[in-house]
Parts: sequence; structure tokens; C-alpha cells
Amino acid sequence: MNWIAIGFLSDIPRRGARCVATPEGKVAVFRTQDDQVYAIDDHCPHKGGPLSQGIVHGAAVTCPLHNWVISLETGRALGADEGAVRTIPVRIEGERLFIALEALACRAA
Amino acid sequence: MTEKLVIIGNGMAPGRMLEHLLEQAPGRYTVTIFNAEPRVNYDRIMLSPVLSGEKAYEEIIIHGDGWYIKHGITLYKGHKIIAIDREAKTVTSDHGVTEPYDKLVIATGSVPFIIPVPGHDLPGVLTYRDLDDVQAMMLAAQSRAKAVVIGGGLLGLEAAAGLNAQGMDVTVLHVMPTLMERQLDPAAGYLLQRAVEQRGIKVITKANTQAITGNGKVGQVELADGTIIPATLVVMAVGIRPNSALAKQAGIAVNRGIVVDAGMRSNDPDIYALGECAEVNGQVYGLVAPLYEMARVAASQLAGNEAAAFVHLDTPTKLKVTGIDLFSLGDFAEGEDRQEIVLRDAAAGVYKRLVLKDDRIIGTVLYGETADGAWFNDLKKKQTDISEMRDTLIFGQSYQGGAPLDPMAAVAALPDDAEICGCNGVCKGKITGAVTAKGLTSLDDVRAHTKASASCGSCTGLVEKLMVLTIGDKYNPAAVQPMCGCTTLGHDEVRRLIVAKRLKTIPAVMQELEWKTSCGCAKCRPALNYYLVCDWPDDYADDYQSRFINERVHANIQKDGTYSVVPRMWGGVTNAAELRAIADVVDKFEIPMVKVTGGQRIDMLGIRKEDLPAVWADLGQAGFVSGHAYAKGLRTVKTCVGSDWCRFGTQDSTGLGIRIEKFMWGSWTPAKVKMAVSGCPRNCAEATCKDVGVICVDSGYEIHFAGAAGLDIKGTEVLGLVKTEDEALEHIVALTQMYREQGRYLERIYKWAKRIGIPEIKRQIMDDGEKRKAYYDRFVFSQKFAQVDPWSERVSGKDKHEFRPMASVGFAQAAE
Repeated sequence: MNWIAIGFLSDIPRRGARCVATPEGKVAVFRTQDDQVYAIDDHCPHKGGPLSQGIVHGAAVTCPLHNWVISLETGRALGADEGAVRTIPVRIEGERLFIALEALACRAA
Repeated sequence: MTEKLVIIGNGMAPGRMLEHLLEQAPGRYTVTIFNAEPRVNYDRIMLSPVLSGEKAYEEIIIHGDGWYIKHGITLYKGHKIIAIDREAKTVTSDHGVTEPYDKLVIATGSVPFIIPVPGHDLPGVLTYRDLDDVQAMMLAAQSRAKAVVIGGGLLGLEAAAGLNAQGMDVTVLHVMPTLMERQLDPAAGYLLQRAVEQRGIKVITKANTQAITGNGKVGQVELADGTIIPATLVVMAVGIRPNSALAKQAGIAVNRGIVVDAGMRSNDPDIYALGECAEVNGQVYGLVAPLYEMARVAASQLAGNEAAAFVHLDTPTKLKVTGIDLFSLGDFAEGEDRQEIVLRDAAAGVYKRLVLKDDRIIGTVLYGETADGAWFNDLKKKQTDISEMRDTLIFGQSYQGGAPLDPMAAVAALPDDAEICGCNGVCKGKITGAVTAKGLTSLDDVRAHTKASASCGSCTGLVEKLMVLTIGDKYNPAAVQPMCGCTTLGHDEVRRLIVAKRLKTIPAVMQELEWKTSCGCAKCRPALNYYLVCDWPDDYADDYQSRFINERVHANIQKDGTYSVVPRMWGGVTNAAELRAIADVVDKFEIPMVKVTGGQRIDMLGIRKEDLPAVWADLGQAGFVSGHAYAKGLRTVKTCVGSDWCRFGTQDSTGLGIRIEKFMWGSWTPAKVKMAVSGCPRNCAEATCKDVGVICVDSGYEIHFAGAAGLDIKGTEVLGLVKTEDEALEHIVALTQMYREQGRYLERIYKWAKRIGIPEIKRQIMDDGEKRKAYYDRFVFSQKFAQVDPWSERVSGKDKHEFRPMASVGFAQAAE
């Protein structure tokens, strides 16, 4: 597993998200109300909306384009909608945040 | 082999009969219905709420198309039966369909009585019977012209109230000295007249209509005493008569209505009649309860139970005009052998009268306070000797036996066989029994299983109290639509509690109001954030994480994740320097699309999020601020060029538009607010389909509001005419503040106004100067905190994190 530092917990607002640019597109990194951190592709399974721009509630985000609700834990659409987005492993070391880029590399292969 | 059952007419009575029949003898008949109206079975009692705009047609459908399909019933819509051949046992429709029957049910209802005065057939004279009439009235009401309703009975008053709610100037003509004289005594009739007049409806009693005149269409109504009332719409609601012509033509015995026995059978043993067209024991009926009783009897007969028989019962009358409580039952004529008990409370607008004979109630009139109607009805039905409680009887049930005045206790004390729903003849025991046995928890469930409160709905409060008594907290008051899945409370309740409990943060609201989720959802959080911004402008710290992305980054997200930017151009006016600055920004940031908007602004589309602060910095250099094109807030004020340039302009519409925009920009509202100011009634700024609009006239400024030109199209309502620009501004600001304080999140002004009522808004903004000033002051206070340009804040570094990626990773590895 290739952990890459992306910044600090305090870089992301609570109930908010930031993007990490990667060669394969943007990864959205979310911070929940209770400081859990999740990373998923910044690409809604519905029509590609930027999930990082959505409203974060619990461990889910509502896509800003058409209000699909995506679970941050599983990447799956909640409710009646069907679809999933790739989740990316995250590690918190103290205040520092890492994501596992290998997951991306695997997909490329 | 199934028998063929043919039904002529598809109103409420045959609809109910079919429900019973399908329950009692499923599969016995192949059913065919001919409906002269081109639609399914709907709740005719609810036409008045449709007319007043409180309900939509879809909400009053009893049996949708699916119901007929599910039960294998053939429904011919828009087919009028023109002949019954009793020899051949067939019926034939005006479209030429001939259908054989084994059993025939005639349910042709009634036809409205038309007074045969000259001009009764002019275009613009309507009756009030079916949805077509209601739609025609609503169409006529759009002109906001004058209407005359002939007939001050139940139907006439409901029509008048509905037309009044639609904005028409309404006059009711009634030939008798007091309104609803068949159901009310003169005292109650007088109170009713006063209440009707307080709503702005004119009432003329002892009015003898002599002619309706006009040039090819209705123009005026002339009375016998020479009075002339201008009108473009005349509604005749003077009564109904059974529609029995078809039966008569087929040789079936007809008196006033089609003569049937107690089993609803006519003199032809294979032909039944029910509903308003039927006459039983010399009586014809128009209220729904006895008609449903007929339906029950006819269904039992058709199912083979020949013992089923119709029994006459007095039915209470209730008026379905919002805000007027009225109940009348039985016989209340004066007589030597009768005594009466009367209670008058002028201050509270209450009048109650009980007519007694031999210590038993034979008649009841309640006005202003009708909660005890069910109890009095019960005492009357059971012929209870009331001599012991005579002194306190009129005060109602909760005064008996020293019990406290608690409406809950009153309902609890009702016996199980007390009638709760008069329309459907449902007693208390049946409701509580169904709730317990079937585990019902919502009003809709109870309506589905028992029909209680499913027709006119006036007993809904009683049914809800019964549910609370029976299942307590488990009762789910579905009348209120919850804000979202996170709470059981509706928007209004939440807004009220935020103020009452002085809740000033989203977590405080969620804690105190017992939110079911830890941090809400994408529906409730933006709503709560708005309510708190609006109610505590100085205390509340705006929670950007609870705002939709557009309001968080002050630009409009597009389908590809880029943004569009609309700078503010006050009143739609710009100049060379501004246009040059925009052109430079477009070049510098390679903005792919520039477009003029419907709100007289320039939109730059396709800007990368990272570029937004730099774009704003350049625009800011030229003096631009945010145009809030993304906000649930004041968007644009469109203007025309007004008296400065236009040869027709009456006032400086451009100047007023700019003044309004400079005064109100930055304010958050429940939903977007778009305004316009037109310099003359030619209305080039299209002000009459805006949330708020102004039409300048020579004598001042006509203020409009509650228009729509999106999903719905709706012309504005007129708030009123004011003389000066200052007044115009004050009224518009006060109106907006009223909407800000009362609107539900995402509810546009026209929907809010429909909910609150145009007259109430006019009263508070036009008539009540103190209220208007208070609204105005609260808006001005709130603007102190709201008028900060969000773009320049962000150029200065606010919310930097929003516009920059957190990190860029992996590119080096990819290159290796």
C-alpha cells in the first residue's frame, strides 16, 4: 500500500470536503461532523457531478447536481438510486492525512 | 355467468354503492358505467375548496382510473345516456353505444335550477354543479372583475367565498330576508351575513332578480327595485331539482324525483335509482349522508339482501367556508309546544340555539363554535331527556358534571355510538375500533378504513382527537408534511419554535426539537440555516456547510462542474467601462460563453472553480459586485427606461428599480425573488409575472406580487396603489419581510401568498401601518449584516480552501 500525504485534518471544514488532484482525476476527501475522514472519486455515478461540492450529512454526501445521496463509507448510492463510486483508503496519523494512491494505479492497470 | 349491471351516472352515490357491492358480492356483476361528465368519480363536496384554491382537482378524486381497471369496470366517460329500452333491457348513449343490462341503476343526480329571467342564457351565466363550472369560474376570476352570485344558501355562499378568494369583487343576491334561511334562524343568518361581509363580499337580501343584461354577454344584473349591479360573471345557485327526465321518458314512475321504495327499487323491478334523482317516501335529498345511506341500501339489495331499507335521518348542515363555523340540525321553527335555550356571546361571535320539545332536543343551530354539534346531535337522535342538565346544556358537554372545559374530555365522554362523521355515518366506536384492531396511526389510514372525515373533512379535528385518545403518542398527525425524514415537524412548526424557544444554532434546533438524525440532511440543513439567518440576523453565524454549493461559492454550478458568474447591473443598466471590463475578463480567462439573461444581466459561463476569485478580483476593479444570481435571495430588478426616455413613461421606473435593488440586495429569502418596475401599463419590464412588480401610473405606483413564470405561470395579484416612490419602497420591503418571516424554505412568493391568503397580506401591508413599519424596520436591521459583497470578501481571502485543491499528488509517480 502506497500511502501519500495530502495535508492536514484542519484543511477540510467539518461537514465539508476538499479535492486532491491526481493523474486520473479528482479525489474528494470528506470530513464529517465527528471528524471521520473518507475519500471517494469526485464523480457521481449518476451524471458525473462533483461530489466534493455537495452537502455532507452524517457519513453521506448529497450530489449538487441532482441530489443523489452517496454513502461515504461504501461509495454506494443510498435510497432508491443505484450506482457506486470508488472508495479510496484513508489513514489519519495524528493531524496528517494520507490516501492510498495504489488503488488508483490498480484501476489504471 | 355473471349478470350485467349498468349504471347511469358516476357521482358519489353510485361510486359508494359500487364500493359496498364489490365488498359484498365480488364478481357477481359485470359493471358498466356511463358518465356524462368526461372524468372519474370525484368528491363533489370538495368543489368549494377547489374553487377557493385550497385544494387541487387531483386531491378530490375518489376513484382514479386505476380503480376501474382493477375492478374490471367499464367506464364510458363523456357518454350521456339518451334512451332506456325497458323491453329490450338496453341503454343507448349519445355516442351510439348500446349496452344490455340485467339490472340498471339510475344515478343521474340533479340539475341546477335556473331562474327563467331574461338574459339567463347569456354567456357568463354559470351554475355551480360540477368541475366544469368550477373551472369556468376560476377562468372568469382571472379577470378580477365583478361577480354576482344569485342564491344565499349553502352552495351560493361557498361559491361566493371561493370567487372572493380568487380575487373577484362578489355580490350575493338572496331573495329571502336572511341567508341560509332553511338551515339557520334569523339571528344566526344575521351573524353569518356579517361574517361574509367582513370578507369583502357584498350581500343584498330581499333581492328580486329581474333581468340579466349585457351586450352579447353578461354586463349587469337588474333587480326589481331598480338596483343595477355591474357583473361579468353570474353564478346561479338557487337550488337543484332531481334529474329524472330520462326515467320519465322510459315510462318509470316519477314524481319530484324517480319514485323508489325503501329498497331503492323503482316500479320496474330491474331498475333502481339512487342519489339526488331518487325520491323515497316523498322526500328527495341533497346532502351526502342520506345519499350514502341510499348507496348502502342499493348495494345490499343488488347483493341479494332484500331486507335492506332506507331510513330517514336528519342530517346536520355545515358550511365549508374557511373561518366560518356553522352547524345546523333538525327543526327550529318556533311553536307553542316548544322552548328554546339561546346563548349569545357577541364579542366572541358565538350564537347557539337549542329548540326543545317535551324536554328533548329537536333542533340545533350553532354559529361560531360548533364543537358540541356531535353531542347535541347524539342527544337528539337518542331522544335523551335533558331536564336535569337543562341549566348548563347550552354550554356543551364539557360543562356537564362539573368537568373542566377540555375538548379532549368532551370527545372522550362521547358514547361509542355517537356520530362523528355525518357525511359517511361513522360513529365513534367504529373509528376507535378500527384504529385498535388494524393498528392505524395516521388520518389517511382511518379515512381509508372507515371513511370518517373522508368527504367534507369538517370532522377531521374530532377524528384526530379520537386517534390521540385511542393510541396517544403513536398518532402521526399526517396533516402536517414533515420538513424531511429527519423530523416529524413541518416547516411552520419549526419556524415557530425557533422563535419561541429562541434557538440560535442548527445543533440547538436539532437538540431541542428532537431531530432523528445526528446532523440532518441536504433538505433540512439549508432550510434551518435560512430560518436562523432570517430570525437572528445579528446573532446567528451563517453555517456555510449547510448551504447549497452555489451559495457557498457565490456562483452557479453547471453540469460539467464549472461555474457561471453574473455581476450585478443595478436595474439592468450598464456602461462602456463595465462592458469593457467584462470583455477583458472573458478574454483573460478564456470564458467559453457569454449570455444575456432574462433578468437583464450578463452571464459568463464555463469558469473553472479555481479561477473564480481572480475573475471576481478583475470584475471588482471595475466596480462590480456579486449579482446573487445563485441565491435564494434578491436576484434582479428589471426595469424599462421610464420617463427619462420613453414617450409613454409616467414615472422614473429605472430609478425606482435601481433604488429598490440597492436597498434590498444581499437579503436572503425563502426562495429566489425576482422583481421588475415598468414605467407605464404597457409593462415592458414584464412586472406582472414577477415575485414583486411595480407598474407606474400617472397617479403613482401600483404594487404587484405573487406572479410566476416558471413551472407555473401566474399573473400577479395587486397589493395596492401608493402615491410616492418612498411609499412604494416601504410597502415592497415590508411585503418581502413578511414573506421572509413566514415563507417555507424554497416556497416562492406566489405559493406563500396562496397559503396565507391575499386579503390577509393586503391587510397587514396596506391597511395596518404599524405592522408595515415593523416589518420594514426588521428588514432594515437585517440588511446591516447582510449587505456585504461576498465576492470582494473572497478576493480578500475568505474561504480560500473552497477554491484550491487540497493537494496534487501522483503526477511525479505517473511520469516515472
